[in-house]
Amino acid sequence: MSELTTAGLWLAVIASGIYHGINPGMGWPLAVSAALLSRRAGELFRALGLLAMGHFAAMIGILLPFGAMLTLFVWERQVRIGAGLIVIAAGIYLLINRRHPRVLARIPPGQLALWSFAAATAHGAGLMLVPIYLGLCQAGDLDAGHQAGATLMTGNLITAAAVSVVHTAAMIASGGVIAIAVYRWLGPKFVSQSWFNLDIVWAVSLILVGGIGIASIGYAR
Amino acid sequence: MTLRPDPTFHATAKLAMQAPVENFAYTLMLSADFSQPDGLAIVDVNPESKDCGKIVHSVTMPNKGDEFHHFGWNACSSALSPLNGHPFLERRFLIIPGMRSSRIYVVDTKGGPTKAKIHKIIEPEEVFAKTGYSRPHTIHCGPEGIYVSTLGGGGPDGTDGPPGIFVMDCQTFDVIGRYEIDRGPQNKQYDFWWNLPRDYMVSSEWALPPQFENGIVPEDLLSNKYGHRVHFWNLRERRNIQTIDLGANHQMALEVRPAHDPVKEYGFIGVVVDTTNLEGSIWTWWREDGKFHCEKTATIPPEAAAKDDLPPLLQGFEAVPPLVSDIDLSLDDRFLYASCWGTGEMRQYDVTDPMKPRLAGSVHIGGITRKTKHPSGGDYRGGPQMVEISRDGKRVYWTNSLYSTWDDQFYTGGIPAAMVKAEVGENGGITLDKDFYVEFPEGYRSHQIRLEGGDCSTDSFCYPSV
Repeated sequence: MSELTTAGLWLAVIASGIYHGINPGMGWPLAVSAALLSRRAGELFRALGLLAMGHFAAMIGILLPFGAMLTLFVWERQVRIGAGLIVIAAGIYLLINRRHPRVLARIPPGQLALWSFAAATAHGAGLMLVPIYLGLCQAGDLDAGHQAGATLMTGNLITAAAVSVVHTAAMIASGGVIAIAVYRWLGPKFVSQSWFNLDIVWAVSLILVGGIGIASIGYAR
Repeated sequence: MTLRPDPTFHATAKLAMQAPVENFAYTLMLSADFSQPDGLAIVDVNPESKDCGKIVHSVTMPNKGDEFHHFGWNACSSALSPLNGHPFLERRFLIIPGMRSSRIYVVDTKGGPTKAKIHKIIEPEEVFAKTGYSRPHTIHCGPEGIYVSTLGGGGPDGTDGPPGIFVMDCQTFDVIGRYEIDRGPQNKQYDFWWNLPRDYMVSSEWALPPQFENGIVPEDLLSNKYGHRVHFWNLRERRNIQTIDLGANHQMALEVRPAHDPVKEYGFIGVVVDTTNLEGSIWTWWREDGKFHCEKTATIPPEAAAKDDLPPLLQGFEAVPPLVSDIDLSLDDRFLYASCWGTGEMRQYDVTDPMKPRLAGSVHIGGITRKTKHPSGGDYRGGPQMVEISRDGKRVYWTNSLYSTWDDQFYTGGIPAAMVKAEVGENGGITLDKDFYVEFPEGYRSHQIRLEGGDCSTDSFCYPSV
């Protein structure tokens, strides 16, 4: 596993953050709406902060259990394959079940962090990071076999936190730039102009990421 | 599922005003004696068209006795709510409830208004079984799909339990179930609307089915037993959070018209008649520090009349009440239109200051005693009733029938269907278009109008107009 791979994986963490951030479904229009309704630009940043919290919680909530499982290194290969299959299954599920969602609409507009957590979880946004994260854990632990389980655990947890932070930062920065631009210059018309149905692209992204995760196991060994 | 949001969805009311104008209107036709099936008429309203003012297509239902009244779209600008995160619906299906039969028709308008056809029929039994409600009425598209208000509860006369609102899926049109989790003191229902980003809903009260189905019950009216309260709800918690009693003499609080710009936390409601003096009134409600308030902000006086010119119902009063049966607010929240169905007047109020509506325009047409003819010479019976404003606020359309059995009590000669149009002046004022007088098939009455691409009583906007 080369430094190049590690750099590539971190790039993927950032790229997926930008991808999630610019998707209106992850919440930037809510920041615009909050600022317009209160007539205060400060509300835009408060809303972005809450959206970031929810998104971060959704990421780390998915990554931690996988990080913990990975320390059972006897089963490492199975965990990686299992993770890949779960991500693929989530993609297939989203591909088949393309109904207009109702659950998110039930969350009150005042609870942005909860909304952001639910939106990310419902779309499998956290799952998209799992294979990348597992790749990073592997890249960092070439001599995993020689390390104590506890050290490995700590390392994986730190990586999970780092991946979630970097991903969320990229997500909120990209979404935030759009929100500010719409609030200040582009106007609400941009909301409907820029909104594309990414359902299929999103589902296929999950299947691809899961597939690459499984394929890379053979390559890494 | 579409790749882009429907082009007729607009983030703000202002954007909707700037969108291309309507070319067609959808108008409900009902057979008041139930001898013919009810229908949907598609009226050409494009002034450039040779068929302007004519019915160019109609959809006739396969049943009789439905009694069409109000209707609405499966999806509107509310789909752009940032909370939904998924605006990929089409404004394509008209949801048309039969107010007497409790049957609901879904009409597909794909391919253009003149290609409209029945897509699905929801039988009354499904509505009864899944909601315990009957007599569906107002349709709004919102966060959880299609919301339908009902006027009746269970049982044959609709008094077994209170009426309420139920939710339907906006794609499959399956009836999902009741809306209310905690209805508080609400026990009658008529209209409802909301402020989506502020997360509240407002609902009004007309009457229970025995009070309207066989005609207005004068004893009930004079003893103030019709609805006179306004209910405020936490929209997503589905909870009644406040009820305001307008006073028992303010009988029948009907249309709820919130400001279209969600930054404004006020709206209007029309009251049909004050039983102490026969006045009609317009009320303004607003929210301040989380509390709702409601005040009478405009009144319309009755007009004296000779006993012999009046229907038996009104002879004792020797006056014609204005009967404010419908109100509608332009998308810029500037002009509120009030139908005075009794006196035969359409009023236009400037509500720039919502607490001080100022009469800005008026036209007379029909009326119980005035019987004003249309400038085309058309013998318009009834009065101005269901009113709809074009998105740009420049044209106002209305029809003349109120409700089958009530029509005959107030207008004993019957009310053949009519639909007219008025032009709005740059700074207010309205004048009837003498060339626009829609002829309907024999035996029908006309009710609510919907405009192609949305109008001033369908769409809910999620972003402030800036």
